[in-house]
Amino acid sequence: MKKRSLLSQAAAAPHIVWSVLFIIAPLLFVAYYALTDADGNFTLSNFGSLFTAEYLEIFLRSACFAFLATVICLVIAYPVAYFISKTSPKTQKLLIVLVMLPQWMNFLIRTYSWMAILEDTGIINTVLGWVGLGPVHMINTAGAVILGMVYNFLPYMILPIYTSLSKLDPRFVEASADLGCNAFGTLLHVILPLSRSGIISGITMVFVPSISTFYISQKLGGGNFDLIGDTIERQFQSAYNYNLGAAISFVLMVLIIVSMTVMNRFGEEEGGVVA
Amino acid sequence: MEKNKIIELKGVAKEYDGEIVLDSIDLDIYDKEFVTLLGPSGCGKTTTLRIIGGFVKPDSGELLFDGVSVIDVPPHKRPVNTVFQKYALFPHLNVYDNIAFGLRLKKMPEKEIYDKVEEMLAMVNLRGFEKRNVNLLSGGQQQRVAIARALINSPRVLLLDEPLGALDLKLRKDMQNELKNIQKKTGITFIYVTHDQEEALSMSDKVVVMANGAIQQIGTPTDIYNEPVNAFVADFIGESNILDGEMLRDFRVKFAGTEFDCLDKGFEPNEKVDVVIRPEDVDVVAPDKGMLCGVISSVTFKGVHYEIIVNIGGFKWMIQTTDYAAPNSKIGLYIEPDAIHIMKKSEFSDMFGDYSTYSEEMDHLSDLTEEEMEYLSELTEEEEESE
Repeated sequence: MKKRSLLSQAAAAPHIVWSVLFIIAPLLFVAYYALTDADGNFTLSNFGSLFTAEYLEIFLRSACFAFLATVICLVIAYPVAYFISKTSPKTQKLLIVLVMLPQWMNFLIRTYSWMAILEDTGIINTVLGWVGLGPVHMINTAGAVILGMVYNFLPYMILPIYTSLSKLDPRFVEASADLGCNAFGTLLHVILPLSRSGIISGITMVFVPSISTFYISQKLGGGNFDLIGDTIERQFQSAYNYNLGAAISFVLMVLIIVSMTVMNRFGEEEGGVVA
Repeated sequence: MEKNKIIELKGVAKEYDGEIVLDSIDLDIYDKEFVTLLGPSGCGKTTTLRIIGGFVKPDSGELLFDGVSVIDVPPHKRPVNTVFQKYALFPHLNVYDNIAFGLRLKKMPEKEIYDKVEEMLAMVNLRGFEKRNVNLLSGGQQQRVAIARALINSPRVLLLDEPLGALDLKLRKDMQNELKNIQKKTGITFIYVTHDQEEALSMSDKVVVMANGAIQQIGTPTDIYNEPVNAFVADFIGESNILDGEMLRDFRVKFAGTEFDCLDKGFEPNEKVDVVIRPEDVDVVAPDKGMLCGVISSVTFKGVHYEIIVNIGGFKWMIQTTDYAAPNSKIGLYIEPDAIHIMKKSEFSDMFGDYSTYSEEMDHLSDLTEEEMEYLSELTEEEEESE
């Protein structure tokens, strides 16, 4: 390979500096803290202390909640994205803005709003009270936490699926119909497989923030459902145990890398057969 | 042999955004026919095909299959299959699964599917390509897969939408023969859409020439070529010199300031007509022996013949001849009665048929310097004076 010119090296420099400063250095810090004790001596005890029932439960719960939130997002987002992709180009733009609109508001405010909606004396229960139903206890339940995740991350599922569906050549749908496939069969055998890349990036973009999120569970789960993100936050903000916090972050990172690898493997697989 | 009407279009019309794409067309298609819809882009031929396939619903009119209306039948329930423009092979399926798609939907046992797919692959010369990724096939191979994928369902009618459009010339010729053979072998009715007149003439049993959303002429390739009904058809199919003429009486026509014998009759006395003379039907003779006389303005060597543009009284004729004649020399033209074809005046009259804006000549002119252009224009002025 030819040696790269001085100019191209110079052009790459800012990016390299950026990467070292803000990606590699923090990762090294995390690794350093995770592998040392409070006095700076090498130790594996930070990881050892994670193998307790308490932490395992937190990891397991986080994974479960994130999985459920991702599945629910997918189920909601696919029809929405499909519907948007079928409207006129002008309407598509408008609907995409509407999908993104809540994201213009602050994450904390959005989550607080859900508290006001779900509380025992909140909007939903007030309305239910008027018609003589309820109150239904919703706040501080696992459902409320998952709802918070779904609400916050849904756009990141809709957008990539919408993108892949809007790029889908309508001739494939016509070809399927031409070969005798009804609308549902076409969805199953043609549209779904051809939008797989969108589905996979959607799953990635919802699962990763869901499994590492904090705050949602504190506000909508009332502290009953500790998640990894909250635990890490606590180590840094109140327990001042940087070493344990770093170790948990490290495990979370590995967890995400493993699940993404599995996801991508699934994505690369040769498209199946018509059932 | 009494042929069965398999498809009937009656008064089918379609508008898009107020623009008329199909203007009430009537068309009958018979069993085992190779029918070609021929016309320039925007003439409505693809829309007609898509209406038959069920992908476009006409605004008005009737579409019958075996005498039964199918206007409200969705595409997946029609006994037709389509070979799409650019093929539309499913990119997530391999060659085998693409071809097997239709049969799997019919819940045919896998063993039978296997046999039929193999049979199809053999027919389109793609044995051994079962596991190939369709995205990595050449254009010609994709084309064959698309044909196999459609034909395996044993449709009554196969619709082909410019299927050879993306292939290079050599491959086109091979595929034309192959398609014609497949059609003969299977006995399936083919409805073929193309803008390539040569393709239409060489493959079809019946050609439907379309323009401006209307059918201009329906006939066998020889009918269409020899007896075009109007200036559009005459110009679109092959090369034509189309002149303003006057039908003096039966078998006698006047054009280019001269009277000729012809084989046409049934016009009003002195009716204005369009006269078609094919470039290959004109004999080049010595100036004093010609019925018409003119000066050659350009000569192009085409391999089998020379293409000569002759200026006769300001109208530029195209003549195809195997004898060379030098530019700027004077020649005579001799026209047999059977070389003259008379057509009624139509909306297309005066739009086609003069080779004064002939593209090759224009290309040639644009290469000249200003000086040369001046010289050339002086030369033409002299010519006109000498006449």
